[in-house]
Amino acid sequence: MSRKASPKAGGKKVFLRQLDKLLPLIGVIVLLSLWEFSATSGWISEVLLPNPIATISELWTIAFRPEDSLFADFITTLARTLQAFAIAALLGVPLGIMLGSYERLYRSVEFLIDFFRSTPASALIPMFILFLGITDWNTVVIPAFAAFLAIIFNSAYGVMNARQSRILAAKVMGANQWDIFKDVLFWESLPQIFIGLRTGISIALVMVIVAEMFIGTDRGLGYRIIQMQQILNVKDMYASILVTGVLGYCLNMLFRWIEKRTVHWSGR
Amino acid sequence: MLNIIPSPTMTTTADFIQVQGLCKSFEGQVLYDDFDLTLPQGQIISIFGPNGCGKSTLINLMSGLIPMDRGQITIAGKPLRRSRIGYVFQNYRETLFPWISALDNIAYPLRVQGVPPKERQRRVEQLLARFDIKLDLRRYPYQFSGGQQQLIAILRAVVAEPDVLFLDEPFSALDFEMTLYIREKLQEVHMESHLTTIVVSHDLEDAVYLADSILLLSKRPTRLVQQVSFALARPRTPETIVDPEFVRVKSQCLEIFREEMRR
Repeated sequence: MSRKASPKAGGKKVFLRQLDKLLPLIGVIVLLSLWEFSATSGWISEVLLPNPIATISELWTIAFRPEDSLFADFITTLARTLQAFAIAALLGVPLGIMLGSYERLYRSVEFLIDFFRSTPASALIPMFILFLGITDWNTVVIPAFAAFLAIIFNSAYGVMNARQSRILAAKVMGANQWDIFKDVLFWESLPQIFIGLRTGISIALVMVIVAEMFIGTDRGLGYRIIQMQQILNVKDMYASILVTGVLGYCLNMLFRWIEKRTVHWSGR
Repeated sequence: MLNIIPSPTMTTTADFIQVQGLCKSFEGQVLYDDFDLTLPQGQIISIFGPNGCGKSTLINLMSGLIPMDRGQITIAGKPLRRSRIGYVFQNYRETLFPWISALDNIAYPLRVQGVPPKERQRRVEQLLARFDIKLDLRRYPYQFSGGQQQLIAILRAVVAEPDVLFLDEPFSALDFEMTLYIREKLQEVHMESHLTTIVVSHDLEDAVYLADSILLLSKRPTRLVQQVSFALARPRTPETIVDPEFVRVKSQCLEIFREEMRR
């Protein structure tokens, strides 16, 4: 512990501040206790909600077992999410930047983008099934489409709302159009592009899970969750839900970390 | 071609910058109507005038940042688009590039001019040595204090050896201590390079302190009311502000300014 001007009071304060770091755990503990209480008190039937310890030990057993492991489904879902995201980002960022650079072009497709962005992508699932058939393709194409809209929208807005001051500064230093684009405009819009990417990966995961639940695939966390519910293997279902949550949380954290490192100047 | 010997005699040094018949309106409001101005080489010239008279607009037009409605501007006998401009903006925070290091910021004008990396590095190092800059410039701009950032902006503006250096209210975002520091550095830059420097200021003391002459502008439509010269030798020091000559020039400017405001 670091020594401050008045060691006693300072030490106590530092200690309390250290304790503050544990605050996020309180919510988790409260939830687990509530879960434990409702399961063991018989308030909710064990058939619907097994207690946390049983769920976690189930998670442990099924995680890496040779057949039908949770890990395999986890990898499938992760791979689909990343594929969908990659497609969406590779198309969405360049197209968005292009639309943003030519404002008249953006205005002419603005309504379309806004309309489809406001339409829940899940409403389009039947349409995609018509076109793609009941195939594994849906579990990547539908999420990619939904993520693409968020990414193209934010990228275009990032470029259009770029502040003029740095562009002027580059101009007066003799930069040509291409210099301005690659040295200023792109970087100016990067924080907003990242908002699009982060939204995009969240949407991609949501849509992968939904698609896995309802569209002819026999792998993935979404498929597993609905399958286990159907056969009333609730321990496995809750374990799968937990893992899905962990996946979403980790993806979010990963993106925040990348964003912080890439857009290091944001907010300064 | 005849001008084999690089010589500054293409224009006389007295009419280094020429503004002829300049017209500029904003949304129907006439700001400049047939405005003429001639400025000499190698001096520091301050522009001072009432709020909204278009002080900043004038240097924005002279530096080509905004287009003029009509008129002609030449610098060193060259049309504006072929002259090299250094420009220091009022708000360093919004004009330095935070995504690259301070060093890369300073080298940026050389980069867009296609100077190769080695040569760039050499010239930046030379510049830093000349002005005795001892900051760790590998850091990002936002990691420096306000005054240091403005200094980085000034170095960026002079690195490519511009024909003219424009500064738009360079002290207005700085506290008093930093103003003194930047004023000192600007004087150093000028005494070292004799770069033609045009400073817009809304503070009369700042306007007079470094200047060889002060342009006093009128209310809109803007005219040049008077060009007051201030011939005190450099370097000027904090004591300059109690020098009788400084006091005289400052009160002369103030008198002209008051007169103009009464009209």
